[in-house]
Amino acid sequence: MSTELEMSLYVLILAIPLGLQLVQRVSPMLHTPLMSLTNAISAISVVGAILIAGSGEAPQLSKVLGCIAVTASTINIVSGFLITDRMLKMFRKKPDGKGTR
Amino acid sequence: MAGQIWQITYLIAALSIIGSIKWLSSPVTARRGVFAGQIGMLLAVIGTLLRTEVVNYEWILISMAIGAAIGVPLAYLMPMTAVPQLTALSHAFGAFAAALVGTAEYYRLVSLHQPIPAFTMTALVLETILGYLTFTASIMAFGKLQEIVPTRPMTYKGQNFVNLLLFAFALGLGIWMIAGPTPAWVFPVYTGLSLLFGVLLIIPIGGGDMPTVIALLNSYAGASCAAMGFALGNRLLIIAGALNAASGFILSVIMCNAMNRSFTNVLFGAFGQAQEGAAAQASTKPVHSATAEDAASIMSSARTVIVVPGYGMAVAQAQHKLRELTDALTARGVDVRFAIHPVAGRMPGHMNVLLAEADIPYDKLHEMEDINPDFAETDVALVIGANDVVNPAARHDKNSPIYGMPILDVDKAQTVMVIKRSMNPGFAGIDNELYYMDRTLMLFGDAKTFVGEIVKELPATR
Repeated sequence: MSTELEMSLYVLILAIPLGLQLVQRVSPMLHTPLMSLTNAISAISVVGAILIAGSGEAPQLSKVLGCIAVTASTINIVSGFLITDRMLKMFRKKPDGKGTR
Repeated sequence: MAGQIWQITYLIAALSIIGSIKWLSSPVTARRGVFAGQIGMLLAVIGTLLRTEVVNYEWILISMAIGAAIGVPLAYLMPMTAVPQLTALSHAFGAFAAALVGTAEYYRLVSLHQPIPAFTMTALVLETILGYLTFTASIMAFGKLQEIVPTRPMTYKGQNFVNLLLFAFALGLGIWMIAGPTPAWVFPVYTGLSLLFGVLLIIPIGGGDMPTVIALLNSYAGASCAAMGFALGNRLLIIAGALNAASGFILSVIMCNAMNRSFTNVLFGAFGQAQEGAAAQASTKPVHSATAEDAASIMSSARTVIVVPGYGMAVAQAQHKLRELTDALTARGVDVRFAIHPVAGRMPGHMNVLLAEADIPYDKLHEMEDINPDFAETDVALVIGANDVVNPAARHDKNSPIYGMPILDVDKAQTVMVIKRSMNPGFAGIDNELYYMDRTLMLFGDAKTFVGEIVKELPATR
């Protein structure tokens, strides 16, 4: 097994329990914002999309698909973060006082 | 070293993304979490643009501008009640992007005319099947939530068999591609099967199961990203993808537990087939109905009121009127609290967001386990647009499709009030014996209008 793959597997093995731990601590009250936030984070695929769209050696088809992927993941990033923030702004403890966190 | 700046950027991006989920654990730090997530994503994009592999910028920037131009109005124009739909749509975009990258990478590798390493191909096969099936499944889920597609489960004989056969076929093609070079038709057919499989997966699932399904699709989108990380040898993708997959997985497990059902049962069970008998006999039994005036006088003399909201509240947009009622009752010295069932609404935490939108303080919202013991000492339980989550049949009727599901013990309150449009059975089509109890008052009407009328009928401050 190449060391490259070995390292990637280590990262995966560590990231999964970390994710499980982190998410279990999230209050059920915030499960909708959690979902829209992780949704925005899943648009990290923009990284792969940029690499392929901006690549010098990839065939034309791949570049076109890459560009569409960049658009799709940008929609996901932008709308995901904005809607999460819009939701979280509304969560406040006291009924009066605007913008209290 | 100068060429390696992107690696440091990726490292900080990964840390920010981990921090963003950590900070989301409490409403106090949650917005910091969003900020950290944005920083992480920005660093990931900047780091990638700095890599030497990226030589063409114009098309990337144009594509991003188009994406932002669509994403911003999407986030600001959608009403809060449409958050489940928006989330489903977002899943579709995210998964589509992941699948397209997989496809693009596959054709790039093919164009090199060298054998693709089995390992890379395995990652690509996983990435594309998960991406494409999540794409169509999310579109279908969006359709069901938006009620463009019928929300009732659609089933036919041998459905699971057809699905299994298709899945086996796709799996076979996937293994073939991993084993070595394949004819040009194999990848497109594999793509088509993945797309079709996503549609077939959602068709038999009813609207009531949407919270679980949305969470599961969230998980698949993350898994697809992690697979992309393996295909491209990119650890930032693996970390973010794994976090996302873990998050979606936990949420769907929580949803399943809250309905006392297993994963396989949600995905292959096709809820809502055998209930026609129960629905048919529904209208014959007598119920006690009451007017807004009756409800107002009972509530204003109560000491404690627990409100149980459900999807019907969202549909009627009744949350703002509910806030008015809460304020008016609180001014009269009534203790008003809200009981939130984990699967109330169409996605996890849906009710909390709507009530927060109406400016109801979040310390008034209580989870099922915390508030259930209090129902017996509560004067009035007001059920608005919730049905299955308060159906006592879940406790004792072994024949009920929701038997064993944990419910809110609304029936133990002194008086139960149910705001409902008519006696038609709810979303899942199951009759609810709560409506026929002597202590239950049915308040027939639109939730928003009716709550407004109750507020008007409340006697002057005592």
